[in-house]
Amino acid sequence: MIGWSTVLAGCGVCFVFKLIGYLAPAHWLETERVARVASLVTVALLAALLAVQTVVSGQRLTLDARVPAVAVAAVLLWRRAPFVVVVVVAALVATGLRMI
Amino acid sequence: MEQPDDGRAAIWRQALSIGVATGAYGVSFGALSVAAGLSLAQTCTLSLLMFTGGSQFAFAGVIAAGGAGGAAVATAGLLGARNGFYGLQMAPRLQARGAVRLLAAQLTIDESTAVAAAQLAQRPGRDELARLGFWSTGGAVFVLWNLATLAGGMLGSALGDPRRYGLDAAAAAAFLGLLWPRLRTARPRLVAIAAVLAALGLVPRVPAGLPVLGAAVVAVAIGWKDDVRGASPRRPGMLSS
Repeated sequence: MIGWSTVLAGCGVCFVFKLIGYLAPAHWLETERVARVASLVTVALLAALLAVQTVVSGQRLTLDARVPAVAVAAVLLWRRAPFVVVVVVAALVATGLRMI
Repeated sequence: MEQPDDGRAAIWRQALSIGVATGAYGVSFGALSVAAGLSLAQTCTLSLLMFTGGSQFAFAGVIAAGGAGGAAVATAGLLGARNGFYGLQMAPRLQARGAVRLLAAQLTIDESTAVAAAQLAQRPGRDELARLGFWSTGGAVFVLWNLATLAGGMLGSALGDPRRYGLDAAAAAAFLGLLWPRLRTARPRLVAIAAVLAALGLVPRVPAGLPVLGAAVVAVAIGWKDDVRGASPRRPGMLSS
């Protein structure tokens, strides 16, 4: 299914990023712009992953039980529910809707 | 609040409670990763060797969406880039060399860095407390995250079709949960909206996995311009992302 080389490559890339901070001369990376862009890239990736995971099916955009489940998750997050509760409730909402 | 001689006990308690909390969502990762098609061994390897939550959820998410391995690796890597900044800030405090430095790098994540930063802020000049915060939190999270991943992975393996249990919706909710605390100011919110539009716009046009990376390009474009009025933090801080 998923190759081990992919898994290990992913692990390797992440470790290199962690190690860079311990090896690089500080002035290379400690500019406000680089830190800000890194932070915004994180936001963009998470938002895009959220969108794809919610409405994408194969190569198409589809609205199904995931959408209300994510909406409920958003409400729970707004009300400061714990992470695990948010994830479990989303699963329950989707399952429940699919049984109808 | 604590007496100086109680400082260390309080740090340990904080480390353990953070470890338990992080472990709880390690169970979600384990289950979602297996549901995405990764084997239990691969899932556990991710938590042992990648050991950075956002990247791990992203890796599994891209695989689940049918993305190519290269896209999964690139997305996971980009999400892990901020750990490099944490390393920059921890390195002078830890003064680690050789194998210890490699271990320090592996344990450099949001939580360990945040606890160290809090100690530096509350007790300036007491680097040894920051070091204790870093190592205790990093160690606690490492042990508990990995045990939780194993438990979640075994649970996920036992479940069968992920859609039957709403695990696909659970994965979406997990991304939202990771994103939520980062949306406090205007610029991240703008970037999030642009990223969603960019990614969804690209889905019908490019192979799986690439829309998400396209969103990263949008973030670079929006973030490049230096900000004069201060919608973003003044200097790179450990907690700014």
